[in-house]
Amino acid sequence: MNTAVRWFWFASPHTFFPLAGTIARVCALLAVPLGVAGLYVGFVVAPTDAQQGEVYRIIFIHVPAAWMSMFLYLVMAFWAALGLAFNTRLSAMMAQALAPTGALFTFIALWTGALWGKPTWGAYWVWDARLTSELILLFLYFGFMSLHASIDDPRRADRAAALLAIVGAVNVPIIYYSVQWWNTLHQGASVSFTKAPSMAATMFLGMMLMALAFWLYSIAVAMVRVRCLIRERE
Amino acid sequence: MLDIVRCILARDLLLAVRRRSDVATALLFFVIVASLFPLGIGAEPNLLRAIAPGVIWVAALLSTMLSLGRLFAADYADGTLEQLALGAAPLGVVVAAKGIAHWLVSGLPLVLIAPLLALQYDLAQSLYGVLALSLLLGTPVLSMIGAIGAALTLGVRGGGVLLALLVLPLYVPVLIMGAGSVEMAAAGLEPDGQLLILGALLAFTAAFAPWASAAALRISLE
Repeated sequence: MNTAVRWFWFASPHTFFPLAGTIARVCALLAVPLGVAGLYVGFVVAPTDAQQGEVYRIIFIHVPAAWMSMFLYLVMAFWAALGLAFNTRLSAMMAQALAPTGALFTFIALWTGALWGKPTWGAYWVWDARLTSELILLFLYFGFMSLHASIDDPRRADRAAALLAIVGAVNVPIIYYSVQWWNTLHQGASVSFTKAPSMAATMFLGMMLMALAFWLYSIAVAMVRVRCLIRERE
Repeated sequence: MLDIVRCILARDLLLAVRRRSDVATALLFFVIVASLFPLGIGAEPNLLRAIAPGVIWVAALLSTMLSLGRLFAADYADGTLEQLALGAAPLGVVVAAKGIAHWLVSGLPLVLIAPLLALQYDLAQSLYGVLALSLLLGTPVLSMIGAIGAALTLGVRGGGVLLALLVLPLYVPVLIMGAGSVEMAAAGLEPDGQLLILGALLAFTAAFAPWASAAALRISLE
């Protein structure tokens, strides 16, 4: 019983509010040096790729952004499900706070992917399986946010959007595999991800630093947004 | 349990028969959308033959989506839906029955009229069967998934456009498998794989979607 109380202690928006502020500050302070270090390693230290030249350096932003875009959707669906199951106000606010960041990272992943695709594939957009499923992921984020925005009562909006997030999370793997199969059917666009044979250690380091920076940034921004939501609603 | 299904089915079908123009509109929309494509991209027979499965499937998707608004709106407006939710019958079963009625009214006609559109697009006659079968398996999935979106957007501002945004991304697998099966058959290969996956999607959504729609309805009725 005692542990259960501890678990729900921070589920109250009032007790969570100051903690969110501290987490936001710490994460933001850590994200900046990590991001700077990641960009320095990525753009200056890491060697030029033998096949792709300097163009490949966009992966230091592209790959972590793509990771975050997919991961944040799952986190959002997790908080949404928790909010639906326990009827906790804070869980729903967390889901709502994460959605714009997730959409932003999806957009960044698509945008940087297009910039990388033009010199490498010769086209800004190809109907590659990963690109297509990332685009549909962006639509799912937009659907979540628009549904939430168009219902006036915040508690009803929370629950409706939560249900949509869960339905979407169930659908994400189905969409991913169907798109992959569809792409193998259309052999016309014979473009594949031409990966460097082996990744240099510095490249890996740069990518990890950027991924960490993006993680901390997401947490910090979500916390700031949650604080705004708490202020707005409570 | 079956009595409830039969009762709601009979009621919804009777309502649809009394308001025939609603049913006809969605069907006409299907035909018109499919007829617009040759006007837009030219009447080159080879091109039309190549795009036929995709165009017919996209038109079916849009037409189904257009008629989703009718699924719960009238019952919501006159309070019937609230009574159904309060009643002893499980809401999931009620929603499933309404979904079946919706499919009979707006999905089945699409299946029946699709060969006519295939004729317009000069699709090989051997493909009519696959096209009809893929639509027969796929359109109930569209009705079931669409019911979730319709329940979520009940009484919401700008419901129609929002419904499209919520539902169309979820329709992607059905579109890929449905149009894919016909293209597969057109290429001289066995379309069994896609059709079986469509069947699996149908079984999966028939089992789970009504409960998700029921949960969505309860949220909307609060």
